[in-house]
Amino acid sequence: MFDVNDIRKDFPILSRTVNGHPLVYFDNAATSQTPNQVIDVIADYYRNYNANIHRGVHTLSQEATDAYEASRNTIKSHFNAAHAHEIIMTSGTTHSINIIASGYTQLLKKGDELIISAMEHHSNIVPWQMLCERTGAILKVIPMNYSGVLEMDIFMELLCEKTKLVFVNHVSNALGTVNPIEEIIMQAHNVGAKVLIDGAQATPHIKADVQALGVDFYVTSAHKLCGPTGVGMLYGKESLLNILPPYQGGGEMIAEVRFEKTTYADLPHKFEAGTPNIAGGIAFGAALDYMNGIGFETIASYEQELLVYGTDKLKGIEGVKIYGEASQKTAVISFNVNEIHPYDIGSILDKFGIAVRTGHHCAQPIMDFYKIPGTIRASFSFYNTKEEIDLMIKALNSAIQMLR
Amino acid sequence: MSIQEIQEEIIEEFAMFEDWMQRYEYMIDLGKTLPLIAPEFKTDDNIIKGCQSKVWVHAELKEAQLEFTADSDAIITKGIIAILIRTFSNQHPKDILDANTDFIDQIGLKEHLSPTRANGLVSMIKQIKMYAIAFQTQLN
Repeated sequence: MFDVNDIRKDFPILSRTVNGHPLVYFDNAATSQTPNQVIDVIADYYRNYNANIHRGVHTLSQEATDAYEASRNTIKSHFNAAHAHEIIMTSGTTHSINIIASGYTQLLKKGDELIISAMEHHSNIVPWQMLCERTGAILKVIPMNYSGVLEMDIFMELLCEKTKLVFVNHVSNALGTVNPIEEIIMQAHNVGAKVLIDGAQATPHIKADVQALGVDFYVTSAHKLCGPTGVGMLYGKESLLNILPPYQGGGEMIAEVRFEKTTYADLPHKFEAGTPNIAGGIAFGAALDYMNGIGFETIASYEQELLVYGTDKLKGIEGVKIYGEASQKTAVISFNVNEIHPYDIGSILDKFGIAVRTGHHCAQPIMDFYKIPGTIRASFSFYNTKEEIDLMIKALNSAIQMLR
Repeated sequence: MSIQEIQEEIIEEFAMFEDWMQRYEYMIDLGKTLPLIAPEFKTDDNIIKGCQSKVWVHAELKEAQLEFTADSDAIITKGIIAILIRTFSNQHPKDILDANTDFIDQIGLKEHLSPTRANGLVSMIKQIKMYAIAFQTQLN
């Protein structure tokens, strides 16, 4: 049975205090906390078998390689990829996106069209703008409505035979909206376009099955799902990854190096130049094991309880306006109170030991859409509690009192 | 009063409070006394963009002394600007260049001058110093 008090014991950081108050950590959409099970894996690597991988005949190197490749297999199984070599280990979502954006430079021509959504993170906007500058391709945007839901009718109108790539996040980081990616993938494929789904905000809550989705590329970061920072993955269909050129040159990614010509290594190594974050890569698998041990359905249903509870409590405060009211949401609440600047509220909540994110959440187009400087974003994880939400509400009331 | 004396005065004022809430309330009140930037200067050219809050600042030279006016869209940021401007305004450019802002640590508001807060204050202090350099050159 799921008992949040037991779960909390796995996370040593949750017992610390901040500014004299018990820490209430509601910035999970930025970085989730790390359980002992993952911390131990990192420590064990450095204590017992720290060595470079994929080279060296000695035992430590072999053990490190085995653990790293076992982690790749765990990731492959978790996302149900057809092959382990379709999982490219990266430094995170941004790196993953840039591999694809860079790779398509030679595959696009002037006048080709790319479609992104109005609720993308800057990391899923800027690389495509740069790609358009390099190739002369045109970027189109699927707009969203006031509730923070994509206008699918307009998406259908934007799709045409010129559309080559579609990029949408599975879940919006600023609003929590779960986007209809099944529909988006199907419709994009109908016109022959390839689809990249940014799963950074979805993977902590939803277990994505890349084969069932039929998605071409799916990317995420380990630090959103109880893993370390600086590690992520790029899933790509084998046939597509094979036609993309390498992103970086270096060691690990080569088959043979001659001054006349170098041949590249096979997948996944073609995209994995240089020594990776080995401990982090191993810990990524451990984080997925940890979360699967609890169960993604259990996690999602408990987090939905927190979302409903938090939304109700916030709506009970006069002047609170919530941004993003899609029917399908992860446990993210983006809000403002009257005309009070989010920075003011965030600063005071911090004094009460409550960590929320304030600002534009690297999604300025969304803030421009609502004509606001930013929001306060409380994002819950399965280790948070209703009591913590009560503490936030109490602190928020004090902040409003001080700032009126 | 010299910058040093004003800073000591502010430290004394803040020492009267027992907890951070009182200090914050006082800082918010001080924000209301900020000499506001005139609308014609509250332009995009004078904006100092932080990731979080925006700051506008303007300087004029009056009888060899710099006079600052400013504004922000966040109340706490405005309070800290008021404190900074109280120390820097009506001072000689050279004195402004020589001054530091360590006193902000002593009144318990250090975190707001951290670059990670991205509230425009660090850039504002740089901007104030830039004004001081510019007017110092003019005076020479």
